Amino acid sequence: MPTLTRWMVKTALGWLVAGLVLGVAMQLPLAARVPALAAVWPTYIHLLVVGWLTQLVFGVAFWLFPRYSAERPRGSERLGWAVYALVNAALLLRLGAEPFRAWAVVRPALALSALLHLAAVGLFIANTWPRLKPRGQSG
Amino acid sequence: MPRLSAWMLRAALVALAVGSLLGAGMLAAPGGGVVRWRPLHAELMLVGWMVQFALGTAFWILPRFRQGAERGREGPGWLAFALLNLGALLAGVGGSVAGPGGWTLAGRTAELLAVAALAAQAWPRVKPFGQAGRAA
Repeated sequence: MPTLTRWMVKTALGWLVAGLVLGVAMQLPLAARVPALAAVWPTYIHLLVVGWLTQLVFGVAFWLFPRYSAERPRGSERLGWAVYALVNAALLLRLGAEPFRAWAVVRPALALSALLHLAAVGLFIANTWPRLKPRGQSG
Repeated sequence: MPRLSAWMLRAALVALAVGSLLGAGMLAAPGGGVVRWRPLHAELMLVGWMVQFALGTAFWILPRFRQGAERGREGPGWLAFALLNLGALLAGVGGSVAGPGGWTLAGRTAELLAVAALAAQAWPRVKPFGQAGRAA
């Protein structure tokens, strides 16, 4: 398994745990009295769907999809690491800012998180698309 | 990779791109008009991206038959591919726009039929080691 895949799968597992911790925290009796916890539902969903599921898919696809070429079987490793950095930076920023989204001061952080996430998706697609070759079609 | 899987995975990446674009718009401008497209964002990310990616990969990678077509008949798979994408669009747009009623119901029905067809095709390929199996 490539190093990038190991990092993505382990980080995805970390986000899964973090998402479930948040899920428990939202249900505590104390949660109703903490405005930040009451506003955290979208963050909870995105930790699970982006941090866990999507990142797991990214990591496994990088490992197992058909080869790009004999010299570069997985396409650009650099792009892969950029995707890893961008998607996790976007989530960290979101986790820190979204519970306080009623405050105008955190809105630039949310906008930056959105941009980082979009960049991660764009780079993942750029690196993966050429590897989706029907049988018999060379790269 | 079979042609059907390549097309399903490419369509999943397109859904990921469009769904992420809508999501980023909502995150960056929570009070903006893009918020009305939340149902389309959810449909594209869950059905268009996640479900389609999993089913496309399953069609490629599940154990193959030793006799007949190695992955079973592709025809129903292509129909399911069309229904799944049409369904995700119909359900997402129907939930987002105050258009003619019944779009969401029609979309969800198309998604159900697509997943049922792909699951029926995958079912006999989920088998223990050494069991030959035959394409239907």
